[in-house]
Amino acid sequence: MKLHEYQSKLIFAKYQVPIPKGRVAATASEARTIAGELGGRVVIKSQVLVGGRGKAGGIRLAKDAHEAEEVATQILGMEIKGLPVRKVLVDEAASISKEIYLGITNDRTARKPVMMASAAGGVEIEEVARLTPEKIIKIHIDPLLGLKDYQARDIAVGIDLPKEHWKMFGQIATGLWRAYQECDATLAEINPLVITGDNRLIALDGKMVLDDNALYRHPELVELRDLDVEDPAEVEARKYGLSFIKLEGNIGCMVNGAGLAMTTMDIIKLFGGEPANFLDIGGGAGSDKVAAALRIILSDKNVKAVLFNVFGGITRCDEVAHGILTALDEVKLKVPMVVRLVGTNAAEGRHLLAGAKMITAETLAEAAQKVVAVAKAQELIQ
Amino acid sequence: MSILVNKNTRLVVQGITGTEGLFHTTQMVDYGTNVVAGVTPGKGGEWVVDGKIPVFDTLKLAVEATGANTSVIFVPARFSADAIFEAADAGISLIVCISEGIPVQDMMRVRNYLDQKHVRLVGPNCPGLITPGEAKVGIIPGNISIPGNIGVVSRSGTLTYEVIYALMLLNRGVSTCVGIGGDPINGTSFIDCLSMFEADPQTEKVVLIGEIGGTDEEKAAEFIAAKMTKSVVSFIAGQTAPPGKRMGHAGAIVEGGSGLAADKVKALQAAGVKVASHPEEIPSLLK
Repeated sequence: MKLHEYQSKLIFAKYQVPIPKGRVAATASEARTIAGELGGRVVIKSQVLVGGRGKAGGIRLAKDAHEAEEVATQILGMEIKGLPVRKVLVDEAASISKEIYLGITNDRTARKPVMMASAAGGVEIEEVARLTPEKIIKIHIDPLLGLKDYQARDIAVGIDLPKEHWKMFGQIATGLWRAYQECDATLAEINPLVITGDNRLIALDGKMVLDDNALYRHPELVELRDLDVEDPAEVEARKYGLSFIKLEGNIGCMVNGAGLAMTTMDIIKLFGGEPANFLDIGGGAGSDKVAAALRIILSDKNVKAVLFNVFGGITRCDEVAHGILTALDEVKLKVPMVVRLVGTNAAEGRHLLAGAKMITAETLAEAAQKVVAVAKAQELIQ
Repeated sequence: MSILVNKNTRLVVQGITGTEGLFHTTQMVDYGTNVVAGVTPGKGGEWVVDGKIPVFDTLKLAVEATGANTSVIFVPARFSADAIFEAADAGISLIVCISEGIPVQDMMRVRNYLDQKHVRLVGPNCPGLITPGEAKVGIIPGNISIPGNIGVVSRSGTLTYEVIYALMLLNRGVSTCVGIGGDPINGTSFIDCLSMFEADPQTEKVVLIGEIGGTDEEKAAEFIAAKMTKSVVSFIAGQTAPPGKRMGHAGAIVEGGSGLAADKVKALQAAGVKVASHPEEIPSLLK
């Protein structure tokens, strides 16, 4: 789950990371009020969960409260990469003498968090990482010990930070580490961390991505979720603990297990079809979950045929069959369905579905070929 | 011979009285696995599976009373890291964690702790292991594989079942099948399993089932080219997955141009591995 800039910065501030004075606004008049309170020049920043806000015109300066209202009106009417701007952050404008990059993420290869820093911070950091990776300092943190003070000093020295800033940099690095750890983030990033004209260190921009699997221990952070970035069907799926991703094709897929679900998509494509979705009902899915999954698949008007591919292990095929029957009772069946049940309680599952007029298949290849054929036939009928 | 689990496995089930724990304990016992104990805090003194298996309050007590050497974890994700620490501290030598959805920072702490001890973790978010005819530890159905000489290692769960089932239909058997799990941080890698299969006299050929995300398949390819004498056949799931989307597994996500299926296939082919276009094609490539 991604957090907005203003949300991330408020979290950083709780951990003693200095951020600019400012507040978030949902209307232009609020933006005017905030700008008036701050006095002087402000920066109006669109709060959308995509990169490239600046290049899209979503970050602009205003010289006073009056201009802040005008600029906020324009930015609040924008869409950036398809996402509506619903909020703007109004921050005091900082004079910048240097831009630093500082971030923490999970290094899956090292199996440790890695703190990264560069003296070449700012919007081009990805270019820096690609073209001159030696300009980025990386320090792995022992997850059992946490960030050590000397590691923060190593980074400060590594990016040639002037000596007078080491103490504050240590405080910021430690704060960022604690924010990352205590919020169960997979990314916590300050870009840029600036040295201002009056020689202070400030986190001008912030970004956090949280681990969805750890949200159960952060109920206060769950409330920060922005549903604009998500497909409504994906939001609905998450309510039932389903992993669903909408795709462009016409063959709905319901599969247990992520690897098998991806393979089912692959094999549909191999035999000339196009999957309409990725859907993993997970391990041990009960009939209510299966019914919800089928409703979600059939709510996509592009779907011309559905393939059920369930290899029972922790999931029991009879439970899946019950779920299919429940959903079929509610949703009037309009598309042909191919079903393949193998593994735990498969015989019971097949028996339950015997009356439901579904096409059956023994092997994965057979199931894929059959569903591709019926989907093509359906397209011709319509 | 086989790897990791066999007739000498003395298994303790962590979370034995939960729905999944109990269901799969029964399946493991029916298969012939030597399940010696279970653990559920607060339920010590009970007996489960027709009064055959004693339940203990703590893993330490279970190990002391039964000499368990392997544990399998069925507890919910939020308690799983603690269960792994408990098993490591109780002297278990092989821990198999089935649970899905463990926070990644929990797994980083677990992994860094285990690295300091002589203990192997398989998983989490995995189906476990089966040595057909001897023992199964986890949730792989017992009736979809037969004993044989093919070693199988996989990041996936149900996809693995497809493969060993397809082998069985052609009367091809498995030495040991290991599901290492789909999480970005796990206990046992492809390379760990490949080197055990290479050393196992029963195993003649190996099937490696990978998926998008990370670079474990590429590292496996390097290992195969440098160290393996036995032939390896592979399949990579997620050829058609759109980048930047999380495909169910925390591990299966393509980020910033790395972790693509095509790159993995290329690396494996360069190491002399035959890569199947779909899982049911694997048996024909093993000839």
